[in-house]
Amino acid sequence: MNAFSGGLDWLATSAHWHGDDGFPHRIVQHLGYTALTVAIASAIALPLGLWIGHTGRLRGLAIAVTGALRALPTLGLLTLVVIWRGIGLTPPTVALVVLAIPPLLAGAYAGLESVDRATTDAARAIGMTEWQVLGRVEVPLALPLILGGVRAAVLQVIATATIAAYPGLGGLGRFIIDGLAVRDYPQMVAGSLVIVALALILDGLFAVTQRALYRHQ
Amino acid sequence: MIEYRSVAKTFPGGAEAVRDFSLVLPSRTTTVLVGSSGCGKTTLLRMVNRMVDPSRGQVLIDDVDVATRNPVELRRSIGYVMQHAGLLPHRTVVDNVATPLRLGGVARREARTRALEALERVGLDPVLARRYPTQLSGGQQQRVGVARGLVADPNILLMDEPFGAVDPIVRAELQHELVRLQHDLGKTIVFVTHDIEEAFLLGDQVVILKKGGEVAQVGSPAEILASPADDFVRSFVGLDRGRRTLRIEEVDGRQVVVDADGRATGVLA
Repeated sequence: MNAFSGGLDWLATSAHWHGDDGFPHRIVQHLGYTALTVAIASAIALPLGLWIGHTGRLRGLAIAVTGALRALPTLGLLTLVVIWRGIGLTPPTVALVVLAIPPLLAGAYAGLESVDRATTDAARAIGMTEWQVLGRVEVPLALPLILGGVRAAVLQVIATATIAAYPGLGGLGRFIIDGLAVRDYPQMVAGSLVIVALALILDGLFAVTQRALYRHQ
Repeated sequence: MIEYRSVAKTFPGGAEAVRDFSLVLPSRTTTVLVGSSGCGKTTLLRMVNRMVDPSRGQVLIDDVDVATRNPVELRRSIGYVMQHAGLLPHRTVVDNVATPLRLGGVARREARTRALEALERVGLDPVLARRYPTQLSGGQQQRVGVARGLVADPNILLMDEPFGAVDPIVRAELQHELVRLQHDLGKTIVFVTHDIEEAFLLGDQVVILKKGGEVAQVGSPAEILASPADDFVRSFVGLDRGRRTLRIEEVDGRQVVVDADGRATGVLA
């Protein structure tokens, strides 16, 4: 029996769809880690990115920092935080936030930079305050790119949130970590397939939303 | 009345756009600043609504230095029309025109009604009101820009090469439309262009500028044509090319006006 068909059998077993170890509970946990991480990363990266895009300041620094963050290996960072803070929710959250910041930041400042200078100039000339220029002109026009950054961040975090299982938390990573420990390859394949499916479904939802936003542009 | 008192502007980086410029623009008239690119005409225009602050000197509106006014409040009290219309691409035509009113605190419903009136005043079909700017032709967008400039009924209207990007036929239409509007409304208009024909057509007072905002000549179109200040002005207005030195020839009992090359340009009424 190859691992792939074994994985499908594992998926089709109804016992794996119930209880704390079942797929529904693990999916909810996985999405929970993702939502928490992207929310924290957004709270940091989006205001910063909008400020950089609006003022044009610190742009070089932002590019350097996002490049440096992207180069950090997530698993290495996770291990480092585990050593520093111990087991718990903190290490995977820190590692995933660091992973999510670069695309969010880039989407925000690149989005604002993509807005035609003549349009913001006109908005100012007819009497908009800086906040109005940002909120009523720049953000609406940059929204497709900002959302593109959120989309990239969510997908990366969904795919990488498996690491939460490594320091003992839940999520879909459990199937992979637990399967590996006992060389239960069907279980690992089943877990991977659900992660892939979850990522594709979310990506599809983002695609639909973005298309709706592009309607007039 | 708008008054420039010895204004100068040096941009960060050292580019000197205006060296020393003084001028009075009487109320309810059109003053056209005309000159080649780099003469500082747009910089001068933008000093009126503090889109540019002068490095030296003052700009006064009815004897009040604009530097003492809050820039946002000041801009809301002045109409602004620019090249390529500068419309917000994510808002409908009627919402674009209503924006200055909404910024001024006018209720949504009333702003919309007045925006539709303004669109009608500039000769736009009401069915276009619900379209987005990109769905309009360049000339239609420019009319929307004029409607937006006029909608809050400002005393002053600033126009920065508003008809520079449309084709000659539409431009002529828009120019005559503006002459008609100005006849009805009597705004204080500051108009910037590089086109001397446009300047003479629209301007009560025409200011011909050289590099750095240096005034070559100020006067009515007739005064400038009658006594050009120097060779620069003579060349700029086309007096050196024979197209403006007209004479009359008798043809079949009618008096035909011809230019220096003998080409007919019209008849005497």
